[in-house]
Amino acid sequence: MALNASNLNEGDVHEEVVVDDLTRTQLVMYSGASGDYNPLHTDDLYCKEAAGYPGVFAHGMLSMGLTGKMLTNYVGDGRLKKYGVRFTNQVWPGDTLTAKATVVEVRDEGGDKVVDLKLETTNQDGKTVVLGSATARVDP
Amino acid sequence: MSDDIKMPVEGSHIMMFARSVGDENPIYHDEEYAKTTEVGHIIAPPTFPRSVAQFDPEYFLRWRPSQEWFGSGKNPTSVTEKPKSSGGLHAEQHFEYHRQLKPGDQLTVTVKPGKTWEKESKRAGKLTFTETIQEYHDQDGELVITSRGVGVKTERPVDQS
Repeated sequence: MALNASNLNEGDVHEEVVVDDLTRTQLVMYSGASGDYNPLHTDDLYCKEAAGYPGVFAHGMLSMGLTGKMLTNYVGDGRLKKYGVRFTNQVWPGDTLTAKATVVEVRDEGGDKVVDLKLETTNQDGKTVVLGSATARVDP
Repeated sequence: MSDDIKMPVEGSHIMMFARSVGDENPIYHDEEYAKTTEVGHIIAPPTFPRSVAQFDPEYFLRWRPSQEWFGSGKNPTSVTEKPKSSGGLHAEQHFEYHRQLKPGDQLTVTVKPGKTWEKESKRAGKLTFTETIQEYHDQDGELVITSRGVGVKTERPVDQS
């Protein structure tokens, strides 16, 4: 399932819908697993009446985790060397997110072949929620 | 260092974490399947290291008995003074993986402060960014993961229009 350097070309794209109609339940699950119990992600009353937000929204790290699912599906398990993102917009319950990886370069690094990827995750309105990059080891 | 965090990596925690990001890949929960893969054992999803929060005794985003908590109970918040900002948001996160985690690892996580900088934003007023570096060493003292997070405090809630 791993990628092969000889089959990769600059500009190749892999994309996946990583969540369809994000639920508040998933936000609760992410809080419980990650240990980030910030009420901004689980507590509508707090969000609306104390924090000044229209309601709960997703942890940035959930957006990154969802994007990471696309990434590991694409590059294979245990192949990532680097993965980094910026959170550019909040993600809300009901959102459907599509995560996309684009091949930037295939190169040598410390005796391995690696691929550099550009990452972008967008919501159903085409708004970018995550921008990032990753480097993964590929087969020669 | 005294404020290092001890993080045991456990199979059930990895399973719960993978479920929470909706990732049904069996390498995160099925030991028999994992043995047949290139890695050869259960591994953790790429963003799992941040769940070190579970093991930080001082982590401020976890409710505790007999301590003031800013979420709702009878009232929208139990903190008496009105918060000036919506608190912190996560702006950036970067990981470097030196090897894959596996159940049974006993990690020691060293937290190092990074840079701080400010920026003016139309949607949320003055933004104050703070960088935190976390280094994850395993039971043999080997560096396994390096994490760099950037948090941002906003002057006011982010405008949604």
